[in-house]
Amino acid sequence: MILLGLDLFEPYHFAFFRNGVLVATIAGALCGVLGVFVVLRGMSYIGHGLSHAVFGGAAASAVMGLNYFVGAGVWGVWSGVLIGRIARRRIIGADAAIGVVTTASFALGLALLNRYGQAKKSIEAVLFGSVLGVKTSDIIAVTVVTVVVVIIVVMAYRKMVFATFDPDVAEVTGVQVQWVEALLMVMLSLTILVTMRVIGTLLISALLVIPASVSRMTTNSIARMLWVSPAVGAASGFIGMNMAYHLDTSVSATIILVAAAMFAVVYGATGVRGRVRISALHHV
Amino acid sequence: MTKLVECRHLTCAYGNAVVVKDVDLAITSGEFVGVVGPSGSGKTTLLKAILKSIAPTHGHIDHSPGLRLAYVPQVETVDWNFPVTVTEVVVMTQSQGRWWPRITNAERSATEQMLERLGLGGLGNRHIRELSGGQQQRVFIARALFHQPDLLVLDEPTSGVDVRTRHDLMHLLADLNEGGMSILLTTHDLNGLAAHLPRLVCLNTTVIADGAPNEVLTPAVLEQTYGAPMEVLIHGGMPVVLEHGADEISRRLSRRSAS
Repeated sequence: MILLGLDLFEPYHFAFFRNGVLVATIAGALCGVLGVFVVLRGMSYIGHGLSHAVFGGAAASAVMGLNYFVGAGVWGVWSGVLIGRIARRRIIGADAAIGVVTTASFALGLALLNRYGQAKKSIEAVLFGSVLGVKTSDIIAVTVVTVVVVIIVVMAYRKMVFATFDPDVAEVTGVQVQWVEALLMVMLSLTILVTMRVIGTLLISALLVIPASVSRMTTNSIARMLWVSPAVGAASGFIGMNMAYHLDTSVSATIILVAAAMFAVVYGATGVRGRVRISALHHV
Repeated sequence: MTKLVECRHLTCAYGNAVVVKDVDLAITSGEFVGVVGPSGSGKTTLLKAILKSIAPTHGHIDHSPGLRLAYVPQVETVDWNFPVTVTEVVVMTQSQGRWWPRITNAERSATEQMLERLGLGGLGNRHIRELSGGQQQRVFIARALFHQPDLLVLDEPTSGVDVRTRHDLMHLLADLNEGGMSILLTTHDLNGLAAHLPRLVCLNTTVIADGAPNEVLTPAVLEQTYGAPMEVLIHGGMPVVLEHGADEISRRLSRRSAS
């Protein structure tokens, strides 16, 4: 198909591009699902911090010659549960503690790659993502995590909503809020882990926040948000990936810009109502 | 009459700060109990201990076997911008053993009946923000009742609501209690709420008095509870609590406006 002088199917001749499109689209949908809980719980900052912590784990596992998913996975899930516990206590300075721990992990990752790795190449790949680096194992990982996350969100939907909306009452009514929160942090860590290779550390929190914020502007129902947000995320991943090829721009940056453009359009289209809805999203 | 909840020598502390000390309190089925006391007297902590969301540092809390509790939070603590409809809030408590989150037809009709009963008929699909203050509070009572509790616990149900809403709420709670529901609530509102209840517990870290309003709303008990002198008048057989020296304040202020 030719549009404006561009052969839209041209990149699909390349296996790396087909893999990249697939991963970017699934990653967008995955981040869209969890992003709903991230924005409603005011965890945007936690998502940002967690991606930095995972970077440390990725670097350490690269230096030690460990498999990325094993090394960064253990590190990421552990940091996620730890951050969740710090945040849960709601002590003054929780955000500072998260900031210190995650940026220290990030700095450690940078230092390790400088000292031992093929520094420039691998740092750029981890910070900004790399579509060329997408392997079959990445496709499997992102698909497995997506399927698991969707199953958990469907099965634990009411508990997750209750624990997000009204944790004190949920606890009294028999929901094990602490477990729900730990589960959410584990899912978030795994999501960051499997999407980081395409989107990169620096921009992943945007993919958690923007589709969910777009969905919040369009509806007053969390159930509908959970349909709209992954659709926006997947569309951003798919369109962004294609545009990046034709415009010869960074994949992750283009995906985020597409998501941001959707945000701008919906922000304009929903008017005051949409603005009121997202103004209530708090940031931690 | 079975004992639903029994606290024995209950003491709760946050670090070194003892908030509730040596409280003995039992609630039997069918009772309607109000806990009154000044801010910081340990009312909310006592409720949380009874709900078992915090653990006592000393003493015991016993629940009757299989006791079902439902809790109605203060309206001021609710996130009214959260994207849920009235029906979604009401069914929230039904989360055990479900594989698919969709609201079932049976739940929908049960919810509609519950909303109808609480005067919220036809509002099921509204977002919680699109309701009046009184309706918002009743949504949370509906959620609590939907859980089919043996004991309904409300924290400051009249704080931040207007006189009309308070009046409606009192009638609703009275209806529920007449229907056999046991109720425990905390309140600041001595005349508007507490004086109407059959049993009051005056709390200031420890229990100062426990009994019918006529017995416990006395100047001596109130002074010990609130740490300030108060006067009690009897109006239509009911005690009315007045702040000691209230006339002095109005005299001072009217003097200022006259000069």
